[in-house]
Amino acid sequence: MGESVFTKIWNRHLLAERPDGQSLIYIDRHITHEVTSPLAFESLRAAGRRVRRADLTFATMDHNVPTGDRSAPVADPMSAKQMDTLSANARQFGILCFDYASELQGISHVIGPELGLTLPGITVACGDSHTSTHGALGALALGIGTSEGEHVFATQTLWIRRPKEMRIALDGALPNGASAKDAVMRVIRSIGTGGAIGHAVEFGGSTVEAMTVEERMTIANMIIEGGARTAIVEPDEKVFESLKGTEFGPAGEDWDDAMDYWRTLKSDDGAAYDASLSFDVGGLEPQVSWGTNPAMTVGVSESVPRPGEVGQGERDSTERALKYMGLDGGEAVTSIPIQRVFIGSCTNARLSDLVDAARVAKGRSVAKGVRAMVVPGSQMVKREAERLGLDRIFLEAGFEWRNSGCSLCIGMNEDKLDYGERCAATSNRNFENRMGPGGRTHLMSPLTAAASAVAGTIADPRQVGILDVEQLGMVRRA
Amino acid sequence: MSSNWGWFAVPRPFTLLEGKAAPLDSDDVDTDQIIPAQFLKVTEKAGLRRYLFYRWRYDESGTLTGKFVLDRQEFAGSKVLVAGRNFGIGSSRENAVWALLDAGICCVVASSFGDIFYSNASKNGLLCVKLLADAVTSLRHRAKGGELSLTVDLASQTISGGGDAVHFDIERHIKERLLSGADDIGLTMGTYEGEIKRYELGAPRYLVPRRRAS
Ligand code: SF4
Repeated sequence: MGESVFTKIWNRHLLAERPDGQSLIYIDRHITHEVTSPLAFESLRAAGRRVRRADLTFATMDHNVPTGDRSAPVADPMSAKQMDTLSANARQFGILCFDYASELQGISHVIGPELGLTLPGITVACGDSHTSTHGALGALALGIGTSEGEHVFATQTLWIRRPKEMRIALDGALPNGASAKDAVMRVIRSIGTGGAIGHAVEFGGSTVEAMTVEERMTIANMIIEGGARTAIVEPDEKVFESLKGTEFGPAGEDWDDAMDYWRTLKSDDGAAYDASLSFDVGGLEPQVSWGTNPAMTVGVSESVPRPGEVGQGERDSTERALKYMGLDGGEAVTSIPIQRVFIGSCTNARLSDLVDAARVAKGRSVAKGVRAMVVPGSQMVKREAERLGLDRIFLEAGFEWRNSGCSLCIGMNEDKLDYGERCAATSNRNFENRMGPGGRTHLMSPLTAAASAVAGTIADPRQVGILDVEQLGMVRRA
Repeated sequence: MSSNWGWFAVPRPFTLLEGKAAPLDSDDVDTDQIIPAQFLKVTEKAGLRRYLFYRWRYDESGTLTGKFVLDRQEFAGSKVLVAGRNFGIGSSRENAVWALLDAGICCVVASSFGDIFYSNASKNGLLCVKLLADAVTSLRHRAKGGELSLTVDLASQTISGGGDAVHFDIERHIKERLLSGADDIGLTMGTYEGEIKRYELGAPRYLVPRRRAS
């Protein structure tokens, strides 16, 4: 019987299996950040242990870094302390840390791939649930907790129960206005928030093959909201190309060695999956979440469900969600006014996402009464966008142009929604209070979020108008 | 500050425990009650006892009321918490276990536990004893005055206090882990260091990131 790409990587890293069902997996790359690491480091210190492979371990500051002026001191003492603690721990344990001031700082799931730290066929662990993002490059990526992080620090291994495998095939050409974000939201809307629980999801099909690596990162990232343990895409030439010349990726003879292995990372014909699903995304329209979990999503041309309109068992949660979101049910999605726009997060803050937002924002203005911010996923993305002149497009349209971090996605820094404020967001979670107490989040693509910024209500980007990339007049400045 | 944290950073062997029991008259205590989310931003385990059962111990102005069982004089120094059923359900936060340990609780007795809490507890040297509901109720009743001292013997799987010893069941690998005092890291390195080294020796050179000379 054939093996899936996930199984191939798993077996290569499997060191032992225990009778209680736990497997010991070697971790090739460990990325840590300021929020889930302090207690792990403290325990290491108390036990007199060291980080076994500091050379495979990297740290970044993302969850609570301020995204405003980096020359000003950090105002929130709790954030400042977590950042200082990470710097001190990284120094003590010999780990390279991309700190607040670093040119390479950014959200862990953005910098891993862009710096060439994430590679096809390796195992990646990070103390964050959206670690699945790295699977877009064909890596086996695992989100872990604090004690697990401590275990990886000390042993470079992880005990984990082997996940089941699910294959999700996407087929059809995404129509104008629909993006990778819409495709994955459509999948979650259909399978529900628990649809992929316990599974490693392998994405395939003609749509995924045609996607750029960044688009694949968006779907691998967001499928966590469908309950998946992780996600993976078979790596192809596009992935290999994206790793050439990266800051830490292999070079010279190492590159050739790596390529020999990477080219073997295909799922065999006849590989067995515990579940298989397929979706035709050929007629997909932009998707928008209306409720308080990511499966509560409809197409932009549809209306918000009325209480009781959704399947019986969900009636209560529909009513609760409508109440929290300040909606009656039955209103057209495009009639919902917004006060905030957030273009950012590890789901949608890479260069291509910013280009998408600019295709709608260029030559237009953010609606009166709307505060819109663009928060690049990394400082490298930010610099590259500035070289292409995207910052000017956004600033001229009235968007704020920020430094990188998780920002509004988790509301741990000062970028929070006020009570009752409604935000068009490109992030991945619309849970109650996620962006700040009482805040209301509608998830959507960068195209749709930019269109909403311009309209002042949730808006269909096809109606607002989407420029071709060529029309952005991007000239690379030195 | 660091006077008492070393002891639970690496669990001590858990063999015999003698200590005062405090009753917690609630079922379905979730980890959000044990330690609210707002206190998860901390950078140290030491001192987490301050936030233990925060909403039950402090009033709206943030003042300790002193009415919660563990804050009452007669329960000072309690080592065993006798709860109801479904203790530790909800969010996976390990801080719940650390906060209990930081408050001096080494053993929780209940008729059932949240899965993740139960597993987190065993990793940190906190013993969870499962008894029949009647036995738990009776212990809780007898603990009310602050005069019940319990002896928990993990090796023989018994718990006693004055009366007859009651037997409890526990999964073998959890018992062994607690008895040895080995944490997961100790167990992994003790048993599998050979496998780890073998993998590392066979790993290709490109697996170690090298920064491009610029
Ligand atoms: S951007 Fe949001 S989802 Fe991504 S790592 Fe940060 S907080 Fe988590």
